[in-house]
Amino acid sequence: MNKETVEKIKANPDYQKLISTRNSFAVKLSILMLVVYFLFILLIAFNPAFLGTPLSSGSVTTVGIPVGMGIIIFAIVLTGIYTKRANGEFDDLSNSVKNSLKDH
Amino acid sequence: MHRILTFLILATGAIFAADAISGQVEKQALNMSAIVMFLIFVGATLGITYWAAKKTKSAKDFYTAGGGITGFQNGMAIAGDYMSAASFLGISGLVYMKGYDGLIYSIGFLVGWPVILFLIAEPLRNLGKYTFADVASYRLKQTPIRTLAASGSIATVILYLIAQMVGSGKLIQLLFGLSYEMAVVLVGVLMILYVAFGGMLATTWVQIIKAFLLLSGATFMAFAVMAHYNFSFGELFSHATELKGIQIMSPGGLVSDPVSAISLAIALMFGTAGLPHILMRFFTVNDAKEARKSVFYATGFIGYFYILTFIIGFGAIVMVFQKPEYLDAAKHAISGGYPILGGSNMAAIHLSHAVGGDFFLGFISAVAFATILAVVSGLTLAGASAISHDLYASVFRKGRVDSMTEMRVSKMATIALGVIAIIVGIAFENQNIAFVVGLAFAIAASANFPILVLSMYWRKLTTRGAVIGGALGLGSAVLLVILSPVVWVSILGNKAAIFPYEYPALFSVTLAFVGTWFFSITDKSESAKEEQALFDAQFIRAQTGIGAEGASSH
Repeated sequence: MNKETVEKIKANPDYQKLISTRNSFAVKLSILMLVVYFLFILLIAFNPAFLGTPLSSGSVTTVGIPVGMGIIIFAIVLTGIYTKRANGEFDDLSNSVKNSLKDH
Repeated sequence: MHRILTFLILATGAIFAADAISGQVEKQALNMSAIVMFLIFVGATLGITYWAAKKTKSAKDFYTAGGGITGFQNGMAIAGDYMSAASFLGISGLVYMKGYDGLIYSIGFLVGWPVILFLIAEPLRNLGKYTFADVASYRLKQTPIRTLAASGSIATVILYLIAQMVGSGKLIQLLFGLSYEMAVVLVGVLMILYVAFGGMLATTWVQIIKAFLLLSGATFMAFAVMAHYNFSFGELFSHATELKGIQIMSPGGLVSDPVSAISLAIALMFGTAGLPHILMRFFTVNDAKEARKSVFYATGFIGYFYILTFIIGFGAIVMVFQKPEYLDAAKHAISGGYPILGGSNMAAIHLSHAVGGDFFLGFISAVAFATILAVVSGLTLAGASAISHDLYASVFRKGRVDSMTEMRVSKMATIALGVIAIIVGIAFENQNIAFVVGLAFAIAASANFPILVLSMYWRKLTTRGAVIGGALGLGSAVLLVILSPVVWVSILGNKAAIFPYEYPALFSVTLAFVGTWFFSITDKSESAKEEQALFDAQFIRAQTGIGAEGASSH
């Protein structure tokens, strides 16, 4: 890729939009995953009794079970959300950047 | 019936017979249904290898299966790479022993995946060709960066191979009644055949078939357990707590102190994103779109699999624990309690017998064997690629090598790694190898991950920074593991550990990032300026795929 093409792509509004929306979306989702997971780990380290609280009196199922299963499902759902948006909206933007190079 | 079959095998002088009656006490009688199903698997996968060998004509075919694997297939293969026998048997065994702690562990192994998708998958696919070193060295100096990345890859692969080979020898000895050495040699030889002849195409399909078999078998077991309790988790848990006590429903002693907890979390999360055999799979798909789909499917399959192993572990508590047919009577007589035959890692295997009899036990045993084969094949291919593509073609020959020669070198590297795997597998039979997988993850997180992610996103990264930072990460991970309790005290026999924590990642990953940052920003050389100037073009390709490698034409 020569210098001229690089500058042209950098000036392309679709490219700028792609970079800013996608990277902020990716960083937000990453932080969300990290925060959820590290909260879980810190809860285990500092207050394990909370996760061992029964869901209701007389139940043996503890708070930790839905929390743990929930994190697994949360991780799957997050990847699904990102994939859907990236394969639609973001790919459209990056295709339009590619097409703008062909026109000239 | 079982005994009669065993007797027949022994009487007809089958090749395993002599070993099956001598050897160690823990060895089981030959399991016929397991052997028949395993032979079917081997026959089918060798057929695939034959087919793949005919299609593997260039280095690109060999490393990336021609680049035409779909997102769904690749997701299945990635999940297969991750669902090793160690995680299937180990995590279900951990749930069986400790209950909730097993779930904590599996969550740690899962949460790296979304981060791989958000930050790594797409730039990796767009910038790389065959190995992750392609990406790390994209705008930096080839020789030092590839040497470093290949060292990180080969170290990770060999450590992982030690764990898999030793585990496989013991498991096969237990399940199939083969001798340990014969089991290790069998795994090594089959793995060499798959990889050397069939390359990535065969390795991928072996992995997909195995992932399908493993998910089906685990689904059946979990379903059978839940059906027994009218699909009520409450009933399953209350029966399990009656047998093992209420403490299995809450966090136990797995994570002892906050530093170890965070350190383990970092190793699992970032280590996953630095495993060479996983990263390599992103080059087998056509474009970034398929790469994203791969991670989505892989995360789904892996998450589902961990939920199954949790149910399987609890199923083993209610159906295997305290049952006389699975009790290790010899150990019970000496130390009391209710130890199961073969140790707690056999919980899932015994459960397969409890829910499905000899036939299903045979199926799950064969699947466990297939799992080992598929995982070691993927590892060997990643190691061979680091040797042939990074060290031989790029560092030694400076890129002046044709595709056929490079492929021939990778085949030789495959054979060499296979032989090494067999040798270390046998050498480490009676060694304490509890630390090796942790060390592999620590190296992946401390040496591979920081260089990879910084090369993608940080303009100011220079060769000097990456080499020093990566070397600091690699060196400190190895050193801290040696000085930690698992090696310094348990293996070397010293009284107290010099480094008090079990997992080094918190320190070694930080050191790698800080080292890379410091030695990059203080690098005022001309070449550093050139490398930084190349960032824009690299970033555009990483983000849009303009100029990226496509699939091969056939």
